[in-house]
Amino acid sequence: MDTMAAIKQTFFQECEEQLAELEDGLLTIEREEGDLETINAVFRAVHSIKGGAGAFGLDELVRFAHTFETTLDGMRSGTVDSSPQIIKLMLRSADILADLVRFSRDGGDMDHARVAQMAEELTRAGGHAPEAVAVAAPAPFLAAPGEPDEFGFAPTPVTFDFASEAPAEPGVDEFGFAPVMIDFDEFIAADAAAPHVIDVRFRPKPELYAKANDALRLLRELGRLGEMEVSCDRSDLPALSELDPEGAYFVWNISIANADEAAVREIFEFVEFDCDLEISTRVSGIDEEQAAETVRDVLAQVAAQETVANLPPVADAFVAAPIEPVAAIPAPEAPVKAAQPASSSGQQPAPAAAAAQQGGSTIRVDLDRVDRLIDLVGELVINQSMLAQRVMEAGIARLSDVAVGLDDLEQLTREIQDSVMAIRAQPVRPIFQRMSRVVREVADMTGKSVRLLTEGENCEVDKTVIERLADPLTHMIRNAIDHGLETPEERIKVGKPEQGVVRMIAAHRSGRVVIEVSDDGAGIDRARVRQIAVNKGIIEEDAALTDAEIDDLIFAPGFSTADAISDVSGRGVGMDVVRRSIQALGGRITITSRPGLGTTFTLSLPLTLAVLDGMVVTVAGQTLVVPLSAIVETLQPKPSDVHNLGDNARVISIRGAFLPLLDVGAVLGYRSEEGDPLNSVAVMVETENQSQCALLVDGIIGQQQVVIKSLETNYGHVFGVAAATILGDGRVAVILDVDAIVAGSRSDQARADANRKRSAA
Amino acid sequence: MNQVFEQDVASRSELIAFRLGEQEFCVDIMSVRDIRGWTPTTPLPHSSDYVKGVINLRGAVLPVVDLAARLGFDPAEPSARHVIIITQVGNQTIGLLVDAVSDILTVNSSAIQATPNVASELARAFMKGVIAIEGRMISLIALDNVLTQNQPGQGLLN
Repeated sequence: MDTMAAIKQTFFQECEEQLAELEDGLLTIEREEGDLETINAVFRAVHSIKGGAGAFGLDELVRFAHTFETTLDGMRSGTVDSSPQIIKLMLRSADILADLVRFSRDGGDMDHARVAQMAEELTRAGGHAPEAVAVAAPAPFLAAPGEPDEFGFAPTPVTFDFASEAPAEPGVDEFGFAPVMIDFDEFIAADAAAPHVIDVRFRPKPELYAKANDALRLLRELGRLGEMEVSCDRSDLPALSELDPEGAYFVWNISIANADEAAVREIFEFVEFDCDLEISTRVSGIDEEQAAETVRDVLAQVAAQETVANLPPVADAFVAAPIEPVAAIPAPEAPVKAAQPASSSGQQPAPAAAAAQQGGSTIRVDLDRVDRLIDLVGELVINQSMLAQRVMEAGIARLSDVAVGLDDLEQLTREIQDSVMAIRAQPVRPIFQRMSRVVREVADMTGKSVRLLTEGENCEVDKTVIERLADPLTHMIRNAIDHGLETPEERIKVGKPEQGVVRMIAAHRSGRVVIEVSDDGAGIDRARVRQIAVNKGIIEEDAALTDAEIDDLIFAPGFSTADAISDVSGRGVGMDVVRRSIQALGGRITITSRPGLGTTFTLSLPLTLAVLDGMVVTVAGQTLVVPLSAIVETLQPKPSDVHNLGDNARVISIRGAFLPLLDVGAVLGYRSEEGDPLNSVAVMVETENQSQCALLVDGIIGQQQVVIKSLETNYGHVFGVAAATILGDGRVAVILDVDAIVAGSRSDQARADANRKRSAA
Repeated sequence: MNQVFEQDVASRSELIAFRLGEQEFCVDIMSVRDIRGWTPTTPLPHSSDYVKGVINLRGAVLPVVDLAARLGFDPAEPSARHVIIITQVGNQTIGLLVDAVSDILTVNSSAIQATPNVASELARAFMKGVIAIEGRMISLIALDNVLTQNQPGQGLLN
């Protein structure tokens, strides 16, 4: 049971990959950059999902995947046009497929009606799509063998069995239907139930056996469909000395009377990539000559066709052959020599290796192991710098062997750290792909036509950051489409293309990742935003705000510009939640908007959550770290800048604005006297709710990346402290919680705390 | 070492004894992870007086408690001779600042007597019992209460 669960988990993991590939492929086709190989890749992805789902008995998933696959197959063989509508339909189907996979994995109830409706649409698109007919119509009979036969029939009132029963199998075969089309007139005249024979030439490849499929079983299945004649073509069988025990040498020619071709194909469905299969239908009795020719054709290919026997004896004897050649080959004339184990062992891994190559060779590793490794490397780095410091203190010359060796060690440890961090890093591609789905859904809901352009999908970010980016990005995309883009009519009126463009760009910039989400919509309607902010009491009626400040208002809690609350966005929880979750990630979000040209949101995020960019400062003899993401600027206060405000409070004037000035040492209780601002540095910080504040510190040591260590694990939460870190000298430094300090000073809790501490001491 | 009862192996326990000023205390050896010399700590804001701050132990950040101050004695003046005993208390790892480690004892649980009813209430809150060995009296520390996050004005301190 556990093994089964593990296999199932692997299947779902693979499904995720296949789904990503599927969507990727469809988007490539949508951009008209796809070739036949792209379509094949898309087809394979759906096919693999179907295959796996079949093994686990996930019927609904199999059914939908099958319908999807059939339509894709039509596209592959050229009977279904890859028009934008069809691609859109397929992208939506890919979403449904993803949902089905998710529901199969996590349980829950799928919207069956939606699935059925989508399946129907797919079938329609695959079978009788008007544009497909239009393409096929001009030369239905002279067309290449790959052209559709059903479409040729479609206008005629006559139906015949496999066309009507399997409309979802358009143009599945490239070779088989050729004779049918030649004899079209006769065929129409023939009764729907006319006797016909399906000829199958089935040549398994070694992979078929390697995947534990069995030709015998397939033949038995075929035998159930109707009266069957099977002959085995052994002409390819080499002498035993040259025989690869795991090779495949037999070809079967099978004729089944009055069977449904779709049913025949279905039997071979799961092996179709692992064998050469030719299926043709000939009408028996009506066109004897044609049939004879086909037979002669087959005969020509078959050099030594001897036995035409019923299935069981042939199959028993020959199916076993490729697997156990010595025991089962009824070829006494072949000299029995040792089989060639070397060639078998050499040949067998090849397909597996090729498959691994295709997916880019990756391994799945438990995240805990990676984290443990990252921890250890972090300690290594600290130890290394401690050692270096000790050596320095011991007075060893800089150019001595020891010091030089230490330098090498330092370089090495840094490299190890970077490499280990890179293990956790993942490209942002999956999340971008998820967004393309969001775009489709929202575009449908709002009735806007939207194109998503992405750039820098290969940009790598820490896995945790990626995971926590999904929600904010979804919000932003929704906002961009719902609020940012105009309706198609409005766009045409102002001379823009009907289709709006939403752009997502990821890039690395100075140790951080920057993600831009922009639209080419109307831009922010500042007058309206301002009015709403006044109405909601967010700002005073006469507040003097710059354009940027007005734009910033949309991040204010409880702000919503949508006149009507829509399904998509506009519950008024949008952008302030986005800003908060981005800040929780140690990131910043900014907005720029140009009226009539669009709006751009820029996210700047740390590459990892384990490491923080910090400014190392000293306060009352202690070393502290201030998160760089909170710092706006630093400055040396001049006497004229600092003013007392009431009892014990001070403000600093910066470019005309007065900001509260907090002495970090006093707030944290490190000293009872407030520091002298003139011998200190003021660090301007901005908190989550945009209030600015100046923190007074004694001095700035420098800027440094620090590894975040929890203080809660062994101690508990401390007011004003976000976490701890270990500096190069091995000592612990605390990381300031800027928001808490600023908020605390406002409620005067910190001051009260500090006072109590002072009086207690 | 001399109070070993061979016939009663199951209830024997090993203890690490240490000194605080003139008095001797001990903790169960199973809860001790490491013993190291004094290293300067990083003070934490708004912490109780007995929390000397935090140190880095092989990449983990853990608090150091001045046990003398915690028991209501004069706070220690840490020097290079002082010792930090790293102990595991529940899920937390904390360091105890003591004057010196004096002994490792193997005692039978029956040798542990109840705390005499004369010690200060504060001291008794942290003691499980006392052990008499060679005319010395060693108090067994109950680690559970050492690092409770009680604010001054509540709980055990008063």
